[in-house]
Amino acid sequence: MLSVKGLRANVGENEILTGLDLEVGPGEIHAIMGPNGSGKSTFSHVLSGREGYEVTAGSVTFEGQDLLALEPEERAHRGVFLAFQYPVELPGVNNTYFLKAALNSIRKARGESELDAVSFLRLIKEKLKILHLNDSLLKRAVNAGFSGGEKKRNEIFQMALLEPKLAILDETDSGLDIDALRVVADGVNALRSPERSMIVVTHYQRLLDYIEPDRVHVLAKGRIIRSGGKELALELEEKGYGWILEQEQAA
Amino acid sequence: MTSTQAVDDIVRSEYEHGFVTEIESDTLPPGLDEGVVRAISARKGEPEFMTEWRLKAYRHWLTMQTPHWASVHYPPIDFQSISYFSAPKRPEDMPKSLDEIDPALLETYEKLGIPIEEQKALAGIAVDAVFDSVSVATTFRAVLADAGVIFCSISEAVHEHPELIKQYLGSVVPHTDNYYAGLNAAVFSDGTFVYVPKGVRCPMELSTYFRINARNTGQFERTLIIAEAGSYVSYLEGCTAPQRDENQLHAAVVELIAMDDAEIKYSTVQNWYPGDAQGRGGIYNFVTKRGECRGARSKISWTQVETGSAITWKYPSCILRGDDSVGEFYSVAVTKGRQQADTGTKMIHLGRNTSSTIVSKGISAGEGQQTYRGLVRISQRAEGARNHTQCDSLLIGDRCSANTFPYIEVKHPSANLEHEATTSKISDDQLFYCRSRGLTEEDAVSMIVNGFCKEVFNELPMEFAVEAQKLLSISLEGAVG
Repeated sequence: MLSVKGLRANVGENEILTGLDLEVGPGEIHAIMGPNGSGKSTFSHVLSGREGYEVTAGSVTFEGQDLLALEPEERAHRGVFLAFQYPVELPGVNNTYFLKAALNSIRKARGESELDAVSFLRLIKEKLKILHLNDSLLKRAVNAGFSGGEKKRNEIFQMALLEPKLAILDETDSGLDIDALRVVADGVNALRSPERSMIVVTHYQRLLDYIEPDRVHVLAKGRIIRSGGKELALELEEKGYGWILEQEQAA
Repeated sequence: MTSTQAVDDIVRSEYEHGFVTEIESDTLPPGLDEGVVRAISARKGEPEFMTEWRLKAYRHWLTMQTPHWASVHYPPIDFQSISYFSAPKRPEDMPKSLDEIDPALLETYEKLGIPIEEQKALAGIAVDAVFDSVSVATTFRAVLADAGVIFCSISEAVHEHPELIKQYLGSVVPHTDNYYAGLNAAVFSDGTFVYVPKGVRCPMELSTYFRINARNTGQFERTLIIAEAGSYVSYLEGCTAPQRDENQLHAAVVELIAMDDAEIKYSTVQNWYPGDAQGRGGIYNFVTKRGECRGARSKISWTQVETGSAITWKYPSCILRGDDSVGEFYSVAVTKGRQQADTGTKMIHLGRNTSSTIVSKGISAGEGQQTYRGLVRISQRAEGARNHTQCDSLLIGDRCSANTFPYIEVKHPSANLEHEATTSKISDDQLFYCRSRGLTEEDAVSMIVNGFCKEVFNELPMEFAVEAQKLLSISLEGAVG
């Protein structure tokens, strides 16, 4: 599904990713954990095609295709979705209108017919039900004046609607209280499917109490230094990152 | 000098200029003097009072100076090189086919989905039949006549309703007001006249589009709308399709008068030719628009979407004379390429408990330059006056500019004024967010810009709002990157 090999990327003069390898199979959930400044967000951004990062070496292959050669919207058309750490406000742009435009541009790019207003609203209702959300957010402008929890819920709602094959959740748990975290995690779990892989980027183990990963990776200094099952996350929670970094340096 | 002599003089001078004699009776040669003013009036068969009115304006105009305070730059205009009267062009003088028209303009017509015949008309090409608007207009006129609404050209009104013209023309924008208003008063070509009688709610949105003889009203258009007590009228001006015109200088005057409890809603979509990529050949649009809420509880609302013209200089204003009267100004102005706009409004509060709302949305892209200039004046007897001003600028790219000059004069302690202003750029974050959801960059820009303008579009009549949105998207295509 996704294959990242020896990925190196710079921001300006600084090398942030220093040879990152990652293999994600269909339907798998991978957690990427790591201390601040380890390159977690850079990795999410490089995968989704944000400008400002220079890839200097390595490759990212998604369903056999060179992902790095594609524009951000082309990646979205092929099923890559980034749930933002800081969802962006679009004042005056109605949320429903935005979602419909996004979905239809993806459908169009895939050669599918665009949904009319009626079928779209039906689809929205169905997705709201799955996520146990009410429709209050849909009438407002995209993320404008949303609370932190509302923004994150809106991201998950977009994910439900756009049905990506690969979802990257960039610190979706940051800034959420425990109730909001549960709502978001329940949404993510409801969207688990054998056709959908997810990369859950997080600083804390807490989120992984609710979203159970297949694999856990520790990212430090721009590459993955340790991989394991979900028990690795618990170990990190208990001991912090220090011990792995020390072991890594010793090795 | 009699007017006949003047015409003769002109015919001769025209010949000196090497004009083709066939059209000598239809077009005045370049230049302006009293003879020309008389000739215009004579050509239109105007009564004596109108000729005198024009001459008075002309004589005053001679003492005036072109305004220089606006933040727009253009070479000095030679007013003696302009021809001040031209009858509608003969087919042989017009471009023969669409091949002779700026391809960029044609591309825009295509995108707006304008039928080919209408494209020709807009581009100033001779068309055999003037599409459906003739029959539509006839039907509309009958409905309006039943309601007692007068809707005709200002030339017709001068003949048919001289008492109304004498009473109201120039009563809101006197010829002494400013240089271009003075010029317009002396030489105005034609325009629209609307009179809504007491208590009548005009049964339809009025639009110049439905006035058969509204085409070729020329560069000095004059509009007068009078709403008697308790009446209501909504007037739409302009058209989303870019209009080409041979005349570079446009100096229109619009006057609105609302009596007790009357309401006038005036919506404009202005899309004059902005010139080619280097800004050549674009229209200079120097307009004076003013409404007077003469009666108590009256309301005047201006809504404008300005996307065209090389240079725009325009401040639709409200004089709030009646107690409890209300003035509104909603504006979206777009400057791109090398367009320049200095636009805004004036809210003059004279009556008690008057209130005004200003919402101005400026969008600059390319090397566009834009200035919001607004005045809110609360007079000594305007007890309890209120104003809310919101003035937002959106910049696209880093070569454009936006300025805001809000002037506030308050002479009554009870006044309540609010002013909000923001300047923002379409951020890379916003673009990336939209693109990561599958939208192209252009769709993203158009969506963000339309969101930015939403408050103003909400004020436009439905069909106009839809067209305006589309127009804005097309105007800003390729503006990013």
